[in-house]
Amino acid sequence: MTASPKRLNALAVSESGFIFDPNTGQAFTTNEIGLEIIHLLKEGKTFEDIVSHIGEHYEADRDLIYKDVAQFWGQMRNYGWLDEN
Amino acid sequence: MGGSMKINVAVTGLNASDNPAPGVAVIRCLKEEKDWSGKIIGLSYDAYESGIFDSCLVDSVYLLPYPKEGKEALLERFRYIQQREEIGVLLPTLDVELKSFSDLENELSAMGIHTYLPSAEQLYRREKKNLPELAAKLGLSVPESRTVYDLRDAEKAAETLDFPLMVKGIFYEAYRALNPAELFSFIQVITARWGYPVILQKYIPGEEYNLAGLGDGKGRLVSSVCMKKVLYTDKGKGWAGVSIHNRELLWTAERLTSHLKWRGGFELEAIISHQKKLYIIEINPRFPAWIYLAKACGINLPRACCELALGRKPKLPRNYKAGTMFVHYTTDLVANVGQIDALLTQREIHYG
Repeated sequence: MTASPKRLNALAVSESGFIFDPNTGQAFTTNEIGLEIIHLLKEGKTFEDIVSHIGEHYEADRDLIYKDVAQFWGQMRNYGWLDEN
Repeated sequence: MGGSMKINVAVTGLNASDNPAPGVAVIRCLKEEKDWSGKIIGLSYDAYESGIFDSCLVDSVYLLPYPKEGKEALLERFRYIQQREEIGVLLPTLDVELKSFSDLENELSAMGIHTYLPSAEQLYRREKKNLPELAAKLGLSVPESRTVYDLRDAEKAAETLDFPLMVKGIFYEAYRALNPAELFSFIQVITARWGYPVILQKYIPGEEYNLAGLGDGKGRLVSSVCMKKVLYTDKGKGWAGVSIHNRELLWTAERLTSHLKWRGGFELEAIISHQKKLYIIEINPRFPAWIYLAKACGINLPRACCELALGRKPKLPRNYKAGTMFVHYTTDLVANVGQIDALLTQREIHYG
């Protein structure tokens, strides 16, 4: 799975984890890993790339990482940030 | 902008409660421009509108006759005020008074009081009861609506619209009714204040978005700002909001402005449903109470409206930054009974 960067690139993302969506006016906060995922998505990485990247940089069970990234992916889809193809 | 502002501007709608009128925000937009050097003449129908008591905001305040007293009474009052204040531009901000002022445009202009208001026909076509027809003509969506004239009508309409539904007054007020008991109760609340008809509108779950704009009267949207409310009062009014970019809402505003050749300020209220479909909820024929946000974004629409009224061509940017926020706050203004005395007995008050 990959995502269109159009909506993601429009997001105002601060290094503290605050995210403002200028299309909807909604504001969110995320943690360090959430930020990393957003930055990776903006670089055009796929879902699978992101799971691998997190697995390489954090000590956690691979299935748990997959599950957590999938959950975060679902949230971003609900916010309309992912135009999947 | 198109020239300095050494001119006196009269503004109505000075109430600044938790459901504020736009007047105070409009005045702040005008006075905070660097080249402003005119006077602000506050106009009010009620001696207790809170903005009257802000002596930093208004130079003088005059009470006006209620619209039901007729146009001649209004005109007579303006003749009196104009002898003392030399008003150059009048910016009315209340729905109920707009038709009277629009109808009196020539008489006011003859006195030197310029306006930039929608025509009676434009006002009629955007009325809540006529909105479905207007939207259909332009291929825009509005929630299914019924205009009702008594409780029996309302009962029948509710059967087809189903609950929950929005119950709206012809000018102001809107409530969400969950069942027939609430429907009848809200109709009684609304009709006690505004009379019939009442508009029943299918409730669309989704996110509400607003746009403040200015039409040049020739079909062009001079500029606009989109806003998303982020905090609400218990009446459902916006207490805080943030500027956003919404292409579909902007496109809708451009289409409406072009079709109606809208003249003056307006607010577009819309819902984007969970299925991502945009529905127009209302077109308000004046600037909204949150108009100061537009000025904060660098799009000073009230100032541009003054310039249009004076026959100038305002140059406003169309781009602005998303993420500028407003938050209402309440404060106490100190007044003395002498001010109330002056308003109630002389129907005017002067500061400075």
